[in-house]
Amino acid sequence: MTAAIARLRATIGPEVLGLIAFLAVVLAVFGAISPRFLSAANFGSIAFQLPELGLLTLAMLVPIISGGLNLAIIYTANICGLTLAWVLKAHGGVDAGPAAFALGVVAALGVGATAGLVMGLVIAYSGAHPILVSLSMMIFLRGLGEFLTRGGDISGFPDFLAPIGHGLIAGVPVPLLIFGLAALAWHVMLSRTRHGFAVYMIGSNIEATRYSGVNVRRTLTLIYTLSGVMCAIAGILMLARFNSVRVGHGEALLLVTVLACFLGGVDPFGGFGRVLPVVVALVILQVLSSGLNLLGANQHLSTAVWGLFLIGVMAIRHLAGRLTRTGRD
Amino acid sequence: MARWLRDHPVESRLALVLALLCAALSVAAPSFLTFVNLTSLLNNSAVNVIWAVGLLVVLIAGGIDISFAVAASVVQYLAVFVFAAIGGGDWAIGFLVAMSLGMALGFVNAALIHTFNIVSIVVTIATFNAFFGLLMFLSSGRYLYNLPSWWTERIIIWERQGADGTWAELILPVAVMAAAILATWALIRHTTTGRQLYAFGDNPEGARRVGVSPGLMWFTAFGWMGAMAGIAGLMQVNITREVVPNALYGRELDVLAAVVLGGARLGGGRGSVLGCVLGVMLVAVTQNGLNLLGVSPYAFKMVVGAIILVAISTSNATFLPRRRRS
Repeated sequence: MTAAIARLRATIGPEVLGLIAFLAVVLAVFGAISPRFLSAANFGSIAFQLPELGLLTLAMLVPIISGGLNLAIIYTANICGLTLAWVLKAHGGVDAGPAAFALGVVAALGVGATAGLVMGLVIAYSGAHPILVSLSMMIFLRGLGEFLTRGGDISGFPDFLAPIGHGLIAGVPVPLLIFGLAALAWHVMLSRTRHGFAVYMIGSNIEATRYSGVNVRRTLTLIYTLSGVMCAIAGILMLARFNSVRVGHGEALLLVTVLACFLGGVDPFGGFGRVLPVVVALVILQVLSSGLNLLGANQHLSTAVWGLFLIGVMAIRHLAGRLTRTGRD
Repeated sequence: MARWLRDHPVESRLALVLALLCAALSVAAPSFLTFVNLTSLLNNSAVNVIWAVGLLVVLIAGGIDISFAVAASVVQYLAVFVFAAIGGGDWAIGFLVAMSLGMALGFVNAALIHTFNIVSIVVTIATFNAFFGLLMFLSSGRYLYNLPSWWTERIIIWERQGADGTWAELILPVAVMAAAILATWALIRHTTTGRQLYAFGDNPEGARRVGVSPGLMWFTAFGWMGAMAGIAGLMQVNITREVVPNALYGRELDVLAAVVLGGARLGGGRGSVLGCVLGVMLVAVTQNGLNLLGVSPYAFKMVVGAIILVAISTSNATFLPRRRRS
């Protein structure tokens, strides 16, 4: 029994317990202040809002673990949504059939993978810093999207898309289900595959990894390609949820995804970080936001609180680290 | 001359590309090489250049700053209330207030980085969210038009009438930009602190062991960045004559791309004022040229992004281990 608990503790990790404690405090405080907070309706709305940010955060997570950053995630998602919208429009808009949707999804995933592939190749073969490569890709994709749409919205999609954004399967929101599957896939990839292992190695010491016989260039290319694919899934979900596509949609989430990763204990220099704590961090951010919302604050105050919260967590981690060090000496 | 070119590969390559671009544009678009166009190009780039030289100092010290554009907005908003409280003010007070407020915000970043030993990108992303969220929340997104008259008055520092009667003029922000460039150049090339910034950025631990104070370096770099952000905010209001809380949001990444294009290295220890200015100007001239050539404004960003992507992928090899000594 104790062995099982120890094993469980090892899988969950100390950072998750800390974050869950944080979450409990946040829930208790908001629950005490606002009676509507601990209600099914509120948690339902959290469950629908979380996946969009969650998928984008997963797209950001693996590049950060590898010591890089992918600043192009939002616009990759937008361009993928645009691709799907374009395919649907070409097949009759509101009257488009499921076959057109399937084709559009494949095209969107292809576009996302291509955007990621280009970034990955440039990073792997030119050695330019990922921040810069993804930054210029972001500027390029934003320009491309604005050029194609003239800054406007595209809407009018078939009705059968609505359940993807708003439906429930066995009481679980479909977007949450998609996010759960994606997070599981990412967790398995990072902890159980050769590629995942190579990602951590590259994040820790890229030179040593190269000398160990890992194909660093192929791994880097794959990291950004998969990140692009994840952006495509986020883009498709955003299209289904809002029933429209606009380039720039979700722009404000870019730095929030980085914030969620750091809050989830991912090392800013790369090499360390897991999916589970990041998911808990995402839940905390969303709960904070919806709690503040119920208290009558707006999205901007949530943004500010997210920022202050990150500073607080980093400061506490630093102080805790120093305490344990002095305790040992 | 040849030796200078060899010692400054990034700057000389950028200067060459910029010269070729200007030559090509002056042939393709007759209105490019006119006083009216060139002066408006400078007027429109002034704010970005002031930010860029500030950011350069942070990059040299081995940090990164995402929060400066939002900090400039905060300074603008606070400055309006400060000026109202002291009954108007003038340019001297304006500069003093903008610089101090900006520097204070920079010090917030520096204090967090130094005290809690957090990486600068994490701190500035957090303060970016905190500054912007609080500003939008407390201001409710309200625009301010009721500004002191000295602030919004257009001050022409140089003018010249063309053959067709149109006036080419340089406005105050260009002079401030020149001063910011000179001051930053003096700081990083001609002071001990400047040399220490390079050393600290290149090897923080090594610099610390030879007696460079890490705290002093962070406060200098982010204080300088903050002061420049404040001044850029002041100048931007002088140009647009209004204070819009979210007007500068999103500009930070464009400036960052231009500065790194100019040879500053993410990770510290390298970068020059000349390269930084050339980087910003290259982007500005490209946009201006596309405009004159009649390219749709929606396509600007796309082309600029592609150019930066190409430029970065052919230089700046810093992420993968370097096989050649550069």
